[in-house]
Amino acid sequence: MSKDRTLGETLRQQGISRRGFLKFCAATASMMALPPSMVPAIAAALEKARRPSVIWLSFQECTGCTESLTRSHSPTVEGLIFDAISLDYHHTLQAASGAAAEAAREAAMEENHGKYILVVDGSIPTANPGYSTIAGISNKDMLLDTAQGAAAIVSVGSCAAFGGIPHANPNPTGAVAVSDLVKDKPIINVPGCPPMPVVITGVLAHLLTFGTIPDLDALGRPKAFYGKSIHDRCYRRPFYDKGLFAETFDDEGAKKGWCLYKLGCKGPTTYNACATTKWNEGTSFPIEAGHPCLGCSEPDFWDGGGFYKAISTPTGDVGRAAVYAVGAGAAAGIALGAMNRAKHSRAEKAHEKVTIDDLDKEK
Amino acid sequence: MSETEFLLWVRGPALQGATIIFVLGMAVRILEILVLGRKRDLAEARGSAVAGGLRTIFTRSVPDKGTFKRSTYTLVAGYIFHIGLFITILLFAPHILLIDEVLGVSWPALPTTVVDATTVVTILALLAVLVHRLKDPVQRFLSHFQDYLVWLVTILPLITGYIAFHRVGLPAPTLIAIHILSVELLMVAFPFTKLAHAFTLFIARYYNGAISGYRGVNS
Repeated sequence: MSKDRTLGETLRQQGISRRGFLKFCAATASMMALPPSMVPAIAAALEKARRPSVIWLSFQECTGCTESLTRSHSPTVEGLIFDAISLDYHHTLQAASGAAAEAAREAAMEENHGKYILVVDGSIPTANPGYSTIAGISNKDMLLDTAQGAAAIVSVGSCAAFGGIPHANPNPTGAVAVSDLVKDKPIINVPGCPPMPVVITGVLAHLLTFGTIPDLDALGRPKAFYGKSIHDRCYRRPFYDKGLFAETFDDEGAKKGWCLYKLGCKGPTTYNACATTKWNEGTSFPIEAGHPCLGCSEPDFWDGGGFYKAISTPTGDVGRAAVYAVGAGAAAGIALGAMNRAKHSRAEKAHEKVTIDDLDKEK
Repeated sequence: MSETEFLLWVRGPALQGATIIFVLGMAVRILEILVLGRKRDLAEARGSAVAGGLRTIFTRSVPDKGTFKRSTYTLVAGYIFHIGLFITILLFAPHILLIDEVLGVSWPALPTTVVDATTVVTILALLAVLVHRLKDPVQRFLSHFQDYLVWLVTILPLITGYIAFHRVGLPAPTLIAIHILSVELLMVAFPFTKLAHAFTLFIARYYNGAISGYRGVNS
């Protein structure tokens, strides 16, 4: 595949019809909350876009993100768009290995300096560089080196975006997110464990169409996909509002599809597009399958106080603290009461009665 | 501190701390009153002190006609916000879950839309009592710093809860954390202010009723 060919040419060569292409553009526009009038602009921009060089670095990760992005959607238009970028370096997907792979990365960096898109999945260990290395280069060095010439960085998955599982308590490797190390480049966080395939293609389409990074929230996530909480878009929300909850995974409420709040659903505190876009080509998403949301696109979701604990319940042992407090309080109260009584009786004893003689003395 | 860490902190150590201060403080206050005891009444009993005491605990919740006429505004607004607090605190599903987790008792919840509407009414009633407190010269004269503090820590959980429920402005974890924190503020202030009346009123009413009951008269 020639790098000089435009995206439109590539897609046509792969047998994608104009109609299919425009459908993708319209879907992208609606996903990114853009007006329909933007569809021709997106189509025109994508048509003309040169396949951008993408360098994909995998650090402390499980390859789940790559699985999500490459496997689940093939062979959809999104998948081909993904093929249509020039993926110059990706451990799992590239044919080259060892020194040849590193040479490909260095060549891409040099050729497209300042223009390539850097995609990162996995967190970066800082406790000891030896915890995770690629071709003898520590993750941190490789990230800082590759980030230098990048136009933008896309942190794919919760590990790259927020530290993820490696960052979970007690964080033995001193794992950090990309944004903890790289401060001078635009970073788009695409968290999720794994993130939704359509979100990464949407972000790349935005980069290609407008040459800018999309609108981001306070956590660096594209607002188009992470603007609404799961709870606000959940089809089980009416049951929450009516106060109808599944108490266990196999009770009557669970069978009737009632709200999973009591089973620990993190929907109210989680921002992602699962409830609307859904997974497996729009088939379903965890809550629809009967399992509470784990909140995987939020920072520190592993340490969020238990997957099956409702958000409104305490994470510490409040009951025991209350019992001790009652005991201590009762003891202190009784002691204070006894002191008050003692003071009272002392005052009573010390009280001297006034006699007629005393009053006479006054005269 | 990330927003998740903040939420974890308010649900964990902060809630534990606030509970200890609240429970310990209230236990001290209640025990101190109870240990103080009552002077033995040497007169012959003309009725049951216990019955009179228990009766008065309930009868004092109903205002007598004269008082109602004199302070209609205060009483109506007061009733609304007290009933509103009861509904919003004790009949909202996530709150019942919290109580179930800590005390092991639970009861059915009201639909969230009902609790939502009640919250708005309660906030309005609390604003109404503040306006009255500020406008009425006698009430203003009688009001001190503590009265305004108590009002603030009471209305804050309602406002933060309403915002957290509707997710306005900030990310949901932060909004929920702020709401829980505002409740913890209320819990910490509770034993040290006149908020303690929520518990001590029963003792006061019982003693009043018991005195009258012993004498065989209505209190």
